[in-house]
Amino acid sequence: MSDWPKIRTVGLSGLLVTFAGAMSEPANRAALAFRAEIAAQDWPEVRESSCSLVSAFIEVDLASKPINTLAEKLRDLLATRDWFAAPLPAGRTLWHVPTVYGTDLAPQLEEAAALAGVDPDNAIAELSTAHVRVLTIGFAPGQPYMGELSETWNIPRQTELTGAVPPGSLVIAIKQLIIFTNTSPTGWRHIGQTAFRNFQQERATPFALSPGDELIFPSISRAEYDRILIQDTAGNGGATAEALG
Amino acid sequence: MSGRLHIVQAGPAMSVQDRGRPGYRAQGLTVAGAMDEIALAEGAALLGQPAVLAAIEMAGSGGVFTADQDTRIALTGAVMAASINGNAVVWNASHLLPAGATLSIGGARNGSYGYLHLGGGVDIAPVMGSRASHLRAGVGQLLATGDTLPIGADTGTQVALTLTPENRFDGGVVRYVASMQTDDFDAATRARFAETTFKRDPRANRMGVRMGFDDAGFATGDALSIVSEVVVPGDIQIAGDGAPFVLMFECQTTGGYPRIGTVIPCDLPRIAQLQAGTPLRFEFVDLDMAVDLQTRHLNTLRALPGRVTPLVRDPASIRDLVGYQLISGAISATANPFEKES
Repeated sequence: MSDWPKIRTVGLSGLLVTFAGAMSEPANRAALAFRAEIAAQDWPEVRESSCSLVSAFIEVDLASKPINTLAEKLRDLLATRDWFAAPLPAGRTLWHVPTVYGTDLAPQLEEAAALAGVDPDNAIAELSTAHVRVLTIGFAPGQPYMGELSETWNIPRQTELTGAVPPGSLVIAIKQLIIFTNTSPTGWRHIGQTAFRNFQQERATPFALSPGDELIFPSISRAEYDRILIQDTAGNGGATAEALG
Repeated sequence: MSGRLHIVQAGPAMSVQDRGRPGYRAQGLTVAGAMDEIALAEGAALLGQPAVLAAIEMAGSGGVFTADQDTRIALTGAVMAASINGNAVVWNASHLLPAGATLSIGGARNGSYGYLHLGGGVDIAPVMGSRASHLRAGVGQLLATGDTLPIGADTGTQVALTLTPENRFDGGVVRYVASMQTDDFDAATRARFAETTFKRDPRANRMGVRMGFDDAGFATGDALSIVSEVVVPGDIQIAGDGAPFVLMFECQTTGGYPRIGTVIPCDLPRIAQLQAGTPLRFEFVDLDMAVDLQTRHLNTLRALPGRVTPLVRDPASIRDLVGYQLISGAISATANPFEKES
């Protein structure tokens, strides 16, 4: 048995179950599956649970609940199956999110393509058909970290931050994509622009995406994008959603 | 009938806060809520109402307010100069703000965050179960001059009560426990961290408080290879330049910088209230000790309503004594003072 998974305390806020020391697809899948099982178990002491890239965080008030008892329950649950081979959680969604690549809306497509060693047309051809999964949500409300792209896109973050990218920006680094929730500085390169809203606080379902959801970013023209901006009332930027099995 | 509070002049960073909005970490939204939860509990105790009601948090300095009906208020947290129609009123106490009177609240003297509580609470529409502003996430926003806030229905009547605040304004020592990444720091770095006296840096907000220091930073051997991991309020994150940053209630849900430890929840108000330049040390405690300290803290908060006492005023210090109605407020010996007049 390896060192993983590891159970550690997080302040007095809960316990963290970590499946690997670095990002990997099986560890991410294990974290998603384990967190889904924690949610299904509905233990009374658990306030909420969430995922980071390779961990599941189980939030429990450790000042009032015995740590060892909870750790024991987690170890028992971990022993019930091989979480690295676990299927992805049920109830996931596949999104098609229309995206303008490059142009003045997303000025770093050429730069990112050059770093990846492909010409811009091939970059768009690959990125607009790539199938990515929400690995985790974080940084801002509803903001997805999606991957993994092919090794071609293992490009570093910039050393200098871009001052501000707008909401709906599609940015790229280290084989991952992000759609930004709010205007924000970033070290990731801005390659596409969507009208997709990750977070709409006034809605009954304020968050569009969940970890495990999958996305494709088909390429559209600037004219099509402008038309979506005028016609979109749902805030999803012309995106369509279908249930995954 | 419920009234409204008008913001005649807004301070630089005032926002509506309650105990926060738990339950959305998985979707990337942290709890937000009051930076000083003790102040929130003290205000509730002074007004004899539940601590779940929302108040106005004032960072650095307050503002000028009027209400369109007689309104009970309480003032807690960092002491700020306050007056009603030009007459000074005591901090850490409840008062009557008469309809149309002007409440002025000035700069903070001994801390960073002051709180204005209203009888009945600030009754803005909750968003996802809470009235807390999460400024960085775009939930709620800073209050501005000209804003008007609805006041909740007040079921209480008592004013002129006071309590002695829990001391948390003078820096000193905060206690922390090990974090999931504490072992990534070598023993010498951990020891030096616990021995260093820091001074709060001017860079501080609802997201976190940066700690200044004179000597070398506290970097790990391989900070850059650490996979992005869950962040909780109190986490002491070591940024790229080796400086500690205590993360607070508007922190991100996950972060890629290593954490050397986590400040225990009961000491977070002490971090929040630090003024720039105030010295502070971090003292390591084990989990058992942390649980004891936190349990004691929660018991103290629960006991707050019993520590409220009448505000005794020296009549000689009341400038406009003749303006007070000293007789007509007398109560019948048979009437129940808690029964509402109708």
